[in-house]
Amino acid sequence: MSEQSQFSIRHTRPARAAFALRPLLWIGPAIALIVVVVLTPVVVMIHSSFENIASDGFVVGGAGFSNYKYLWHEPALKGVVFRTLLWVVVVVGVTLVLSLALAQLFNQRFPGRRAARTMLILPWAASVMMTALIYRWALDPYSGAVNIILHALGIVHRMGSTQADWLGSPGWAMFWMMIVAIFVSLPFTTYALLAGLQTVPSEIYEASRVDGASHWQTYRSITLPMLRPAILVATTINVINVFNSFPIIWEMTRGGPGYETSTTTTFMYILKQAFIGESAAMSAVNFLLVIVVVLVFLRVAGWKEQVDQ
Amino acid sequence: MSAITTSEVAAGNARVRVPKRPRERALSRRTFLLSIAAYGVAALFLLPYVEMVITSLRPSNQLLAANLLPTHFTFKNFTTIWSTGFGGNLIESLLIAGGATVLVLLVSIPAAYYTARHRFRGRTMFLLLVLATQMFQPAAMIVGIQREFSSFNFSPTLSLILVNAGFNLAFAIWILNAYFGSIPVELEEAAMIDGTSRLGALVRVTMPLAAPGIVTALIFTFIAAWNEFMVALTLSLGEGTNHVPITVAINNYIGEYSIDWGHLFAGAVIATIPVIILFAVIEGRVVSGLTAGSIK
Repeated sequence: MSEQSQFSIRHTRPARAAFALRPLLWIGPAIALIVVVVLTPVVVMIHSSFENIASDGFVVGGAGFSNYKYLWHEPALKGVVFRTLLWVVVVVGVTLVLSLALAQLFNQRFPGRRAARTMLILPWAASVMMTALIYRWALDPYSGAVNIILHALGIVHRMGSTQADWLGSPGWAMFWMMIVAIFVSLPFTTYALLAGLQTVPSEIYEASRVDGASHWQTYRSITLPMLRPAILVATTINVINVFNSFPIIWEMTRGGPGYETSTTTTFMYILKQAFIGESAAMSAVNFLLVIVVVLVFLRVAGWKEQVDQ
Repeated sequence: MSAITTSEVAAGNARVRVPKRPRERALSRRTFLLSIAAYGVAALFLLPYVEMVITSLRPSNQLLAANLLPTHFTFKNFTTIWSTGFGGNLIESLLIAGGATVLVLLVSIPAAYYTARHRFRGRTMFLLLVLATQMFQPAAMIVGIQREFSSFNFSPTLSLILVNAGFNLAFAIWILNAYFGSIPVELEEAAMIDGTSRLGALVRVTMPLAAPGIVTALIFTFIAAWNEFMVALTLSLGEGTNHVPITVAINNYIGEYSIDWGHLFAGAVIATIPVIILFAVIEGRVVSGLTAGSIK
């Protein structure tokens, strides 16, 4: 858009203007789609957070910062934000550690590797909401497969007991939902790291073997540094995805009891059903949080160094 | 000349590769242990979906039985699910995912092609804008999406086509940009010297060569739209149960007091199996699109 005006000011001859407008013919539809679907909702959302909106969507009037004030005084907010940060750190962290191990394993040569790798993509291909529902079913206190196995192992003492009702207790519900979130994040992360491993030239490994380095030494001083770009990109994408994850919590606990298993995303969704303005305020805060978390992560991970190289 | 040398090199490579390592050599202990570990991990990934299939085949009177396998299997859930309106849900999802896929290809192919072939003012800005949209998730701005699209008064189907297309555009543009960029421009020029128009060269020469990228973008967009849940749930509020996409329909089997697990998992099986097969086709190429090619 700005490009168009710059050109029409500098070059008055119509032919040149037409030439300058040419890229718009090719990339214009993409820009239009991004503006309508991705950028406008952000503007509408921030605007809504300053409006007084009835629960049927009717705009009553301006609200100043009162939506943000209501949100701030929401008794559940502190717990929700804390839980969100814990959720992101644990899920992304454990996913990365497990994926590093899985990538190493699936990078080896063994018969049937292709088939085994294909199994790995299942949670990536299937809808996350369906995977979450499978776990909810498997955690059923009376007949869930997880409880049957834990009962056989002597960990769950009696089927149908409060102990077997994992999703009924907020702490255990978070634990199991984190397992599901890790489970669905592993395929992409592992595949990204496998792609990263392909970029390590095999001569380097041979050289280090000749120098007598141990496996662990080789991994720490060669493989990990070479994997750095892959780790950085995969983790950034995971942070964004896990932060905004909705289906897992929605399908397993609906964020309850109360808001005790809610993150900012599900909290915002529940608020939306009655308090649209406040929900918009929560979304705006959520949005800022994601940006802050991503920036902090990139800073900690030495992103600048990466770009300067 | 260069063509001859390449083919010679290729032939040489082929000749070197012919005497493969003797396969009859017994598996080493290390390989054996590795395989066991990898198959174990693979089984862990497979099991939840096996449980999904088992539950869909469970007789309804054994849903509450505490056994890993029912005493017998039945296809009843798969025959009765159609009377709950699941056929309509499948059609709705096909329309949304199909529509979004067509729209993404129509919009991304010209954009990716042009940015791969030309250096123009605003090119970097455009590619950064596309990259930035990958940071945006519909969940983060669901209030804005709902309010914007309700003001448009579109049908939920059209709204969901647009939203799914918009949020999957970045993947398609990145992967296609990489494919178009790797195709030598000389091939198109040669076709144009032979009297083909620029568009003709794009359609007849470049597109077929970029086919793997196009197929990847196509399948990825289709699956993402097919699996999408949150926006579908929000924008199809108040629609009749027969006209909501499958993810919402499956969620609707969760009632206030009881859950129709049999139909829920029968629906999940019907929705998941084609998607897994499609995903397996593009498996190796997805990462580069998601990471904007930064790790190949």
